[in-house]
Amino acid sequence: MKTLKISVYRYNPDVDNAPYMKDYTLEVEEGRDMMVLDVLLKLKEQDPTLAFRRSCREGVCGSDGLNMNGKNGLACITPLSALNGGSKKVVIRPLPGLPVIRDLIVDMSQFYKQYEKIKPYLINDDKTPPARERLQSPEERAKLDGLYECILCACCSTSCPSFWWNPDKFVGPAGLLHAYRFLIDSRDTATEQRLDDLDDAFSVFRCHGIMNCVNVCPKGLNPTKAIGHIKSMLLNRAI
Amino acid sequence: MVKVASTFGRSGTHDYILIRASAIIMALYAIFLMSFFVTAEPLTYAAWTNLFASLGMKIFTMLALTSVLIHGWIGIWQVLTDYVKHSGLRAFIQFVVCVALMAYWLAGLLVVWPVEGV
Ligand code: SF4
Ligand code: SF4
Ligand code: FES
Repeated sequence: MKTLKISVYRYNPDVDNAPYMKDYTLEVEEGRDMMVLDVLLKLKEQDPTLAFRRSCREGVCGSDGLNMNGKNGLACITPLSALNGGSKKVVIRPLPGLPVIRDLIVDMSQFYKQYEKIKPYLINDDKTPPARERLQSPEERAKLDGLYECILCACCSTSCPSFWWNPDKFVGPAGLLHAYRFLIDSRDTATEQRLDDLDDAFSVFRCHGIMNCVNVCPKGLNPTKAIGHIKSMLLNRAI
Repeated sequence: MVKVASTFGRSGTHDYILIRASAIIMALYAIFLMSFFVTAEPLTYAAWTNLFASLGMKIFTMLALTSVLIHGWIGIWQVLTDYVKHSGLRAFIQFVVCVALMAYWLAGLLVVWPVEGV
């Protein structure tokens, strides 16, 4: 057995005046790896007041986005060994840039508001819809790969400095990934309106290609690339 | 969606194009001046004055100064809207910077335009 040191961000607005870091220790089996979520569940057995979100525990629902040793990710699919080789102290904080509701739970409203803004649904003004379904060729469908897989965990947007400074105006990597997903969907007819909505100095153009988003996405997606495509679409229209 | 569409250009896209186009002009101007310093041997007063006496150089210089104006205007606005959250303070700094940029432009025009060769 070896002893693992874990430091967790704690804040309960009902009783605490200010957030603080609380140190925990956990006995773990030598030579065995475990996910950060399992560590948190063990800590909750020690200290039932610890609050965090989780649901699927397999990287599908996107509810346990956390900042672990300074990097955003999903606790359920981040092994301890991935954090400083699992030897040093583990520091767990909530996702940066969003208001903390309690401990590791953040208020995601701002994030969802940006998602809502890009109209994340198919718009088609076809007067005579097809009897059964709107077909796509395999090539058209392939364009959605790398875009539709996003689980809205907010790891990317909350690692983006542009989103920290202007969370009310900059759509953020997650929202823009979805924006592009609908911009290139062959069944969507609102491309021009969508581009009109993005053609200001903040929504898209606050992205300066820092690529923090790509660095943290637990699904291996590339929002920066999608944002680049949106910028090209806007430029092609302007020139 | 966002109402503050842009600062200098007509839209975010327009700002984006302006800031990049002005960067290219400034880079070309800097490279040109560098190569002039390196190749003009010896670098005399006459060589320097005659360079600025040509119409092409006057226009190139004013283009570069216009680029500084546009690039600085948009760039400072972007940085300020990121880091200065107090709108009064932000407006004040933006105002000061823009006045300085316009002063540079005007001073540049008054200095460069009357230059005659020797
Ligand atoms: S590439 Fe753009 S969206 Fe991604 S982190 Fe950087 S600024 Fe944010
Ligand atoms: S793009 Fe990746 S990091 Fe961002 S919300 Fe989607 S799945 Fe999460
Ligand atoms: S618990 Fe669902 S993604 Fe981690």
